[in-house]
Amino acid sequence: MSAEWPLYEVFVRGKRGLNHVHVGSLHAADDTMAVRNARDVYTRRNEGVSIWVVRADAITASSPDEKDPMFAPAGDKVYRHPTFYDVPADVPHL
Amino acid sequence: MTGDDAHWAFGTSFVDPLAGVDTTLPDGVDGGELAAYCLMLGDDALVASHRLAEWCSNAPDLEEDVALANIALDLLGQARLLLARAAAADPGAVPPLPAGSPVPGEDALAFFRDADDYRCVRLVEPENGDFGETVARLLCFATWRLALLARLVDSRDPVLAAIAAKGVKEVAYHRDHAARWVVTLARGTAESRRRVRAGLRAVWPHRAELARTHPVEARLARAGVAVDPADVVAEVDGVLAQVLRAADLDDLGPCAAGPVLDGPGGRDGRHTPDLAALLAEMQVVARAHPAGRW
Repeated sequence: MSAEWPLYEVFVRGKRGLNHVHVGSLHAADDTMAVRNARDVYTRRNEGVSIWVVRADAITASSPDEKDPMFAPAGDKVYRHPTFYDVPADVPHL
Repeated sequence: MTGDDAHWAFGTSFVDPLAGVDTTLPDGVDGGELAAYCLMLGDDALVASHRLAEWCSNAPDLEEDVALANIALDLLGQARLLLARAAAADPGAVPPLPAGSPVPGEDALAFFRDADDYRCVRLVEPENGDFGETVARLLCFATWRLALLARLVDSRDPVLAAIAAKGVKEVAYHRDHAARWVVTLARGTAESRRRVRAGLRAVWPHRAELARTHPVEARLARAGVAVDPADVVAEVDGVLAQVLRAADLDDLGPCAAGPVLDGPGGRDGRHTPDLAALLAEMQVVARAHPAGRW
């Protein structure tokens, strides 16, 4: 039965977290059932205060085949990191 | 893993669920009566929990497997608190065990009472049947229990009131879960509709027992400690009718023959044979090791 149900990806925001984090996936017949299944499967040990679900087929993902052109060029460009500044001693919270 | 309790959110060992709670009896309340009432509500939860736990690894899909297990564990937690309250209110109600046995009162009540000492309603006793019957039974049970617990939060026994307040949040979810499934199955395929309707027909006659008031409930309700089940009938019927309407099942058709209701029922210790079979399995290990440490 569940083999016919669409796959959903589940994102949970923890008590101390500011953003929703991907925790896994599940099958459900519709969006509402997906939220409730997520509650039962992924927050039963008190992990979360908020749940997002999205159908897996609604996610557009980068392709593993494009890994090199997509990400490798960033690898040797250390100057893109904001670490080439002298931070004055009296600037807090950096 | 080390045995360090701090590593785990809830520790590695079970402690008295009422540790640190003042279990003094309210003025004018008989400990034996309060214990009897706690056993009624506790046994309902314990037996319902055990039946739902039987679905573990057998539910229609993994997600439902976990959902039913969660509900079972919620009810088991309520049973622990209620049986512990019963043991504290009336130590004489706890079955005697060999001297030096480390088995706490709540466990002695769960594992060392025979079926005729159980006080659960018969609704929770039968074998699960199919998934349609299980959600039908859960709908009936959770609707009734939620109505009871919602009133019990005003109990004059602060321990019972606190147990009820914890349970209300849990059982509200159970009711919702069951109601959604009843509607989903009823509006699904012809086969799912047939099954959930058959399930509802099987459990419907049990509502009569849920509406009955045991003398202990009547006395404690007058004392402001318990809830008289007769007071929640209208609310329960209203909620169930609403679910059936949503499921397009206003007319259930002929229901199963009801349990005999003019005589004693589950609250009096008169049960269906299914309960004895359930307890035999649930209790066999504990009884084989009455001095066991778990």
